Amino acid sequence: MLILLGVALVVAGFAIGLNPLLVVVASALVTGMLAGHPLVEVLSAFGKAFNQNRYVSAVWLILPVIGVLERAGLQERARALISGFRALTLPRLLIGYLLFRQLTSALGLTSIAGHAQTVRPLVAPMAEAAAEAQGGPLDEPTRERIRAFTAATDNVGLLFGEDIFLAIGSILLMVGFLAQSGIVMEPLHLSLWAIPTAIAAFLLHSARLILFGRNIARTAPSEAGQ
Amino acid sequence: MIKLSLVYLLAGLVFATYAVLSVRDAANPKRWRNGAFWGLFALSFLAGDYLGDLGNGMLVLALAVIAGIGKLGQGAPAGPTPAEKFGSAQRLGNRLFVPALVVPGVVLFGTLVLKQVVLAGQPLFDPKQVTLISLALGAVIAVAVALLLLRQPLMAPLQEGRRLMDTVGWAALLPQMLAALGAVFALAGVGQVVGDLVTTWIPMDTKVVAVAVYCLGMAGFTMLMGNAFAAFPVMTAGVALPFLIHKFGGDPAVICAIGMLSGFCGTLSTPLAANFNLVPSALLELKDRYGVIRAQIPTAAPLLLINMVLMYVLAFRA
Repeated sequence: MLILLGVALVVAGFAIGLNPLLVVVASALVTGMLAGHPLVEVLSAFGKAFNQNRYVSAVWLILPVIGVLERAGLQERARALISGFRALTLPRLLIGYLLFRQLTSALGLTSIAGHAQTVRPLVAPMAEAAAEAQGGPLDEPTRERIRAFTAATDNVGLLFGEDIFLAIGSILLMVGFLAQSGIVMEPLHLSLWAIPTAIAAFLLHSARLILFGRNIARTAPSEAGQ
Repeated sequence: MIKLSLVYLLAGLVFATYAVLSVRDAANPKRWRNGAFWGLFALSFLAGDYLGDLGNGMLVLALAVIAGIGKLGQGAPAGPTPAEKFGSAQRLGNRLFVPALVVPGVVLFGTLVLKQVVLAGQPLFDPKQVTLISLALGAVIAVAVALLLLRQPLMAPLQEGRRLMDTVGWAALLPQMLAALGAVFALAGVGQVVGDLVTTWIPMDTKVVAVAVYCLGMAGFTMLMGNAFAAFPVMTAGVALPFLIHKFGGDPAVICAIGMLSGFCGTLSTPLAANFNLVPSALLELKDRYGVIRAQIPTAAPLLLINMVLMYVLAFRA
């Protein structure tokens, strides 16, 4: 029971806005020690797991190319391209991206898009440009909300697409777990039953994007209607 | 065979360069702090396998202290003005998209074609790590294409990469840290305790209650652990197997698939899923660290409800 204090520490630390790196380290040390392991052993276990999970951070290798493209004007070009298509409204753009992300993830291509690869350099500037084309210049809070919505759309598309692919980590985890429990299961059955939720996620998030687009058009400055 | 260790070597060299460039950046008042942070991160990539477990633990502790007590600075390498960027965008036109498309192109080629390539009886790529190796390869090729096609200065990728890395700051390290925290939670048996709590206190004598407990438990537990993968074994062993599958005879495929997706609703709602929720806030330079989560909860909450209905209807259709 007492070890749940470590979990509570994480929740409290994030809630009051302490630096998350410190919160995580503190929680790891407290949890391990409350479970009866000596400090050195807990720190070693934490260090070992950190080292084994370096692949998680290797994705940052994408940043140099994104940076050099931004230097050469990629964001500006993405904006200009979208301003040329008047019919491409904010909801249509993001619903299109949602569909693209769900379909490619369902084919196992989870790494061809992402927050660093596509959202920051391409989709977020496009979304802002699409909103500006409809409703004129954006104020700062609206710009922030559009960016946040773009990142959210990427997440929804990825999470509710990837489980349709047979060989994704979560499906393999389920197959392995069920096998240990004496239930033999084909990956295909698990991925098939991910489809109803994927469709629901698409419809629900698309509906929210349409409402969000209307909301922005309504709060935009009055010259929008000309 | 090309393994992940080669990717780590590349990442180590890139971060070591960021460290050197940071220290030499006189415009950044915290240049030594940034240099130490990226330098230690480089050390982890280059020498992590030789530091020993305790050595790695000390390294993580040092990283957390450097970034957590006092803040990292923002490097500002000299670059073009907004007007110059606009001119560059007009001059280069759609050529700008070519390097950006090289990355997904190489990932696609890697996962579909290079995965099958065998040289002298050995696969060219470590089959378990094809995606990450392809991504790194794609990033390198894309940099070369960008330098040649767009005629950018040779140091621009590393200077601009450092600028973006400073924008992300400590958040860059958080996903890896949380993965390590998950390992410590597993060592301490946190999952077991939570699972026991749920099953002891809630009477699971109807299908509706059991479905609701499993889906809500997956989402809630995922929010606490930051990862649906950590929640799945606990909640499935504690609730789904004994009650939904064995007692009520539900279809295990439906229950597990939708259970995992209920966990993903939790992923959308927690800062502990840092790479989904906090990293994009940093990358998009949002003032509100939780802005992305706020945008997601109105999708995640109704979807969790829909998952419960779907599970109830589809799992017991026989």
